[in-house]
Amino acid sequence: MLEVISLGCIRGDRRLFKDLNFSADRGELIEVRGANGSGKTSLLRILCGLAQPAEGEVRWDDQNIRSLGEEYFGSLAYIAHQNGVKDELTAIENLRIAGGVAGNSLGEREAQEILARLGLQKESYLPSRFLSAGQRRRVALARLLATKAKLWILDEVLTSLDTSAIDLSCQFIGEHLSAGGMAIIATHHDLKICAAAMQRVEITT
Amino acid sequence: MFGWLVRRDLILAWRRRADVLATFFFFVLVVSLFPLSIGPERELLRNIAPGVVWVAALLASMLSLGRFFGNDYQDGSLEQIMLTPQPHYLVVLAKILSHWVISEVPLIIVAPVLGVQFGLSQNTLGVIALSLLLGTPILSLIGAIGAALTLGLRAANVLVALLVLPLYIPVLIFGAGAVSASVAGLDTQPYFLLLGAMLVLSLVFAPWATSAALRISVE
Repeated sequence: MLEVISLGCIRGDRRLFKDLNFSADRGELIEVRGANGSGKTSLLRILCGLAQPAEGEVRWDDQNIRSLGEEYFGSLAYIAHQNGVKDELTAIENLRIAGGVAGNSLGEREAQEILARLGLQKESYLPSRFLSAGQRRRVALARLLATKAKLWILDEVLTSLDTSAIDLSCQFIGEHLSAGGMAIIATHHDLKICAAAMQRVEITT
Repeated sequence: MFGWLVRRDLILAWRRRADVLATFFFFVLVVSLFPLSIGPERELLRNIAPGVVWVAALLASMLSLGRFFGNDYQDGSLEQIMLTPQPHYLVVLAKILSHWVISEVPLIIVAPVLGVQFGLSQNTLGVIALSLLLGTPILSLIGAIGAALTLGLRAANVLVALLVLPLYIPVLIFGAGAVSASVAGLDTQPYFLLLGAMLVLSLVFAPWATSAALRISVE
């Protein structure tokens, strides 16, 4: 369970948000909304432990994520604005290496199946620099299907995806939630995800 | 995880081998320019050889620091790497190891060959290789701190040189010193012991400092 307790964030000398409280339990979807520049990305980076909050704390299973360290990273999958997809590697290499580095190795077959599910069966042996922006995003999303992480933190993942890919991502986010996972999604789209419980966190200064 | 990370960096380096070859040939050319410009004075060449080889190695490894974390930072894969469920110490150590294999090992291999141009004895050529073998990992380890600190800054290349070169000085002194001692026919063992001690020391502290610097830079 993820708990956010009176979180505050300051970037430069501008206060983005303060006193933010919410919590996410198993199977729950959290939608983070806010205008451009309101601090959605900053919030998600704090939740990942990549950035430190100015005040307040983030707790995972009743422990501060700072004291949990890499133990927390094991239960977390993060997809940021930048895909983290290497141009020089093929889609399948990107997926397998990302899996291996994160500690769950994937076989060639498994990786191919995941990419096929995302509609990249033809592109799986193509260097990623030849892929379009939407296809790269799909490669990044493939990481989600490969990981066993409980908590998915997704930052504007639906940008540059076509409608069929958006439907597909909503579908597998829904599957993840019904399997007892949690997802925190920053988005401007209206998500068509069937979640047992859904919360909307509005960031306002 | 460690193995995957090293493997990843080696594949990436192979796919972008132009970058790696550029530093390699930079080293070869800089070392070769000296005998060509000074002329065939055996005694003089032999005396400047240790300094020339070591300074060239220093500058060559300086050149490669930009891509230590730079490419991963730009495409967002550095964040992914930092979110792996492993101690940052190991993650950084894997990056340093692959940097060393990619950028420094070729220099160690070619340095004895280049040393022939300076009329060095066979024994001294061996000492060059051995001193680089002990010294270049220290360059990678210290370089990682500088690369992590200057990540994403505008004048990163100049800044990293100013940060890291002063820290390279002890390695330069004892590395070149070992070769000089060998040229003069003296005992080289104390130099190697000191280089070894510096290597152990930087192995303990540099990955730790680098991961702290990375955390600051990524935030």
